[in-house]
Formats: sequence, C-alpha cells, structure tokens
Amino acid sequence: MVERRPLGTLISHLILIAGVAIVALPLYVGFVGSTLSFDQVTTVPMQLTPGTQLLENYATVLTHGSKLASGAPVGTMMWNSLVMALAIAIGKIVISMLSAFAIVYFRFPLRKTVFWMIFLTLMLPVEVRIFPTYKVVAELGLVDTYAGLTLPLIASATATFLFRQFFLTIPDELAEAARIDGAGPMRFFVDILLPLSRTSMAALFVIMFIYGWNQYLWPLLITTREDMYTVVIGIKRMVAGGDTLVEWQLVLATAMLALLPPAAVVLVMQRWFVKGLVETEK
Amino acid sequence: MEKRVIFRSRWLPYALVAPQLLVTLVFFFWPAVQALYQSLLVQDAFGAKTQFVWFDNFKDLFSDSHYLASFKVTAVFSILVTVIGLAVALLLAVFADRVVRGAKAYKTLLIWPYAVAPAVAAVLWVFLLNPTLGIVTHLLRAIGYDWNYLLNPRQALALIVIAAVWKQISYNFLFFLAGLQSIPKSLIEAAAIDGAGPARRFWTIAFPLLSPTTFFLLVVNIVYAFFDTFAIVDAATSGGPVQATSILVFKVYQDGVQALDLGGSAAQSVVLMAIVITLTVVQFRFVERRVQY
Repeated sequence: MVERRPLGTLISHLILIAGVAIVALPLYVGFVGSTLSFDQVTTVPMQLTPGTQLLENYATVLTHGSKLASGAPVGTMMWNSLVMALAIAIGKIVISMLSAFAIVYFRFPLRKTVFWMIFLTLMLPVEVRIFPTYKVVAELGLVDTYAGLTLPLIASATATFLFRQFFLTIPDELAEAARIDGAGPMRFFVDILLPLSRTSMAALFVIMFIYGWNQYLWPLLITTREDMYTVVIGIKRMVAGGDTLVEWQLVLATAMLALLPPAAVVLVMQRWFVKGLVETEK
Repeated sequence: MEKRVIFRSRWLPYALVAPQLLVTLVFFFWPAVQALYQSLLVQDAFGAKTQFVWFDNFKDLFSDSHYLASFKVTAVFSILVTVIGLAVALLLAVFADRVVRGAKAYKTLLIWPYAVAPAVAAVLWVFLLNPTLGIVTHLLRAIGYDWNYLLNPRQALALIVIAAVWKQISYNFLFFLAGLQSIPKSLIEAAAIDGAGPARRFWTIAFPLLSPTTFFLLVVNIVYAFFDTFAIVDAATSGGPVQATSILVFKVYQDGVQALDLGGSAAQSVVLMAIVITLTVVQFRFVERRVQY
C-alpha cells in the first residue's frame, strides 16, 4: 500500500469477498445438495443448510452409484481416475525427463529433429485428432484398458521443455566434476540431476495430476465398460438420463467426490502448484 | 543455448528419447497424418466403399450452413469467455494486490476452481440453473425473469459461458496477480507522490506494464475456449438447443461419433489443427518478444 485509504481498503475487501462468494457458490450449493434426501433436493426452492443424508448418500454412490442411471459404483470409478491421473503424471515426468536429458547433455545427429518433433506435439491436442487416435488405440487392442486410457496422453512437450530449461541452468561444473570422478551419464542423471529436479518434478506432478484426473473426451471415447469409467465420465452418464429421473443428491455427492482429490492436491501443494502453472506455460 | 560439457555415447541418447518418440509417433503423428488423409476421402455409411475426393470435404464444409453457424457460435463463445474471464480476474487481482490483511486467504479461496474438472463445473452450474430445480432459476423467476436454457438458445450459451469463465478465473487471476506484484513499487510510489490517485495509477502504470501478461492470457484463453470446453458443452447442453451451443470441437465429435461422417469430421479436425497451429505460432512469437523485452 502506498497510502492509507481506509475506504479503499474496505471496498477492496468487499469486492474480494464478493468474488470468493461467487466462486464458492456452486461448491456450497452442490455440497448442501449432496447431504439431502431425494425429496428435499427436488423441493423448490431447495434448502440452503446441510441435511442429514451425508453419510448415506456418499456410501450409496461409492458402493452402488445411481440406480436410475447405470448403477456403477463410484468407488471403482475413483480408483480408475486415480490410476489414470497417477500414470499420466508419473509417466509424463519420466519420459520427459529422459528425453530432456538426452537433448541437453548429448550431441547426436538427430537431436534437432527430435526436438522439433516434440515441439510439434504442442500443436496436436487430443481434440483435433480424436478419431484417428481412437482407431490406432482400437487396432492395438487397448480399448477399455489402463494403457489405452493413459498412453496417448503421456507425451508432453511442455514437460520436456520445462526440464530442458531447468537442466540448462545447472552449472556445467557439476557435470565436469562428475565426469572427472568417473561417473557415467546415467550415474550423473540419478545422483545429481534427479535430486536437483525435485521442485520441478513436484510442480509438474501437481499440474499433470489435475490434468489426468480431469480428462473427459478421451475416457469418454475409450471406455465402453462401466468398470473402466473414470469418475468424471460417471457423472456425465448419471445426468444424461433425462431431467426428471436424475437423482441429484447422488450426482452431487459424486461431483464432490470427483473434485475432492484434485482440489486437495492444489490446496496442500499450493506452492508447487503456482510454480508449476507459471513455469509450464512459459 | 547449448551445454559446454556433454557426455558421449552412440546409443544412449536414442534409448533416452525412445519412449517419448514412440508415444509421439504412434499416438500423435500417425493419427494426424490419418486425419489429413481421411479428410480427402469420402466413405459410405457402411465403410464398404471409399473414394478419393481431393478437397470436396472442405468445400462441403464451408458451404454447410451448420458448420458456418458453429464457427459463429465458437467465435461468440470464445470472445465472451475470454473478455469476461480476463476482466473479472483482473478486477479481483487488482484488489487482491491492494489488500494486506487476508491476502493469502483470498488467494487460496480463489484458485481452487482450477482443480475442478470442466465436466464437474458444468454439472454444478446445471444444478444451480436447472429450469425446474435450480436455486438461481428460482431467484430469477422471483424477479420476473424466465430462465430455461433447454429452450432458449441465448440462455444455453450463457450457461456454458458462465461455467467456462468460472473454471478459468483462477488461472487468469494467478497470472494477473503475479504480473501486478512484479511491477516495481518505486514506480507506483513516484506516481503517488506526484498526486496520482489509485485509478489513475492503475490505468497509466499498472495496466500498460501488464500488457505482456494480458496478451499471453488472451491467447491461452482463446485456446481454452476453443478446445478445453468440450466437456462443459457435452455435460451441460450437448450442443443444444438446436445447435445453439455446438462449438467446433463439439461438432467434430458429434459428426464423427453420432453421424458417422468420417470424412467430414476429419476435414473439421484439419481445420481445427490449422487454428491450433496459428495460435501456437502467435504465442511463441510473443514469448520470444517478451524475452527481449
């Protein structure tokens, strides 16, 4: 603050509180809805204080899902989402680190080509190559498998560039010292680069976990069996049944369950989240 | 930039890039080439006959009034999402930058929607704005405004704009806040001593200095509105009523999965690819300039 303006400060707080309230409104109403019974949630207007059905609704969706829709248990879907998010996050970090290491610390004839090929993937998001990619995955027999869910999303130009950028800032003396001490490239990678990259890895992990957990279009295409649905797809299948038949209290409980893990990751790892967000977009 | 110290090995670098390249070739380049090739073909409904038709699919596409309408919807949608999203986020960031007390709490409370899946955001807003049950619908009715996004095309568009903006505000907010905090305090203080009030200081100092951030966010938000909002459209309105919210990405999916028009869908993919490439080039040109700046 440059000068004291009590009125200005008050207005600032009021605007921020209004912002926070609007941002929180869907979450709050959604949460309240997930604690009500079917009759309560379909009463107009719905009550705005939490009801008593919290445990019951959450237990129902985790074990049986919504009977009026598919009846697939959300517990299984949460597991699928977790596997998918972890595989994508860890997979991306591993393959990007390895290729960034090769690009930065080696000179080989196809280096430039490899770099540009990775760069080009930035221009091919899933949305624009949906069907051909689906066909490839189907021909490989990967429909309804975890490999089919994760592999096509695992290549990442942004992660590779992030690690490349970071490796370039590491002093040459470290690699020199390692070489003088007789360490080979992989030894250098494991003992020196890996520990130094911990913050970048944490930052990327947060961003990629959220990216993986929130995937929609790809799992929608690639999962046909209910036991392979991710939780985000499960919600969509629950509301797709038509207006009057939607068990909103269960849909909302599922929505709360679906947003809890990524939200927790953002809040608990906030520092790395901000770092990851800012750095991957550079 | 190049490293001075490097390692030597004939095979190791290839082994290191192999996983990345394999995934890229199989799941990125091969499908992209297929899309390009497919866009030049016409296939009958049973997949029995395939004919090479050069650019007929594109000609059909750009003479198809539905496709042109979808372009228009996408343009309106992305302009609304980008402008509203940036304006609201900038407003909040400016005030969050001013306050001392509770600054961290506000930040935490404003960034969590980033973690919410677009489809989940859509479902939460659909619940609030549901024509029969929605609590906001109820309030709107109470003040005499009839809200039913299932029947009214404009309201359907408004619904997906609201959900898309809500989801994106946290991202824009973080970047604006970081941008504001990197403005040297001495500039602001000098202006204050010269008698410039907060509004004047914002428009003459902070806003121009934020322009790199704003431009970057502009591109990112357009990309977001074009491609990452598929889930919102699919979960909230499914493109309806009467195609009013059928944005380009949604139409590719609809024409491919539901109408099984593979050639037309592939041609649409190619058009989208051209759009992404343009946007990426714009973005990188700009990043280069920012580095020099």
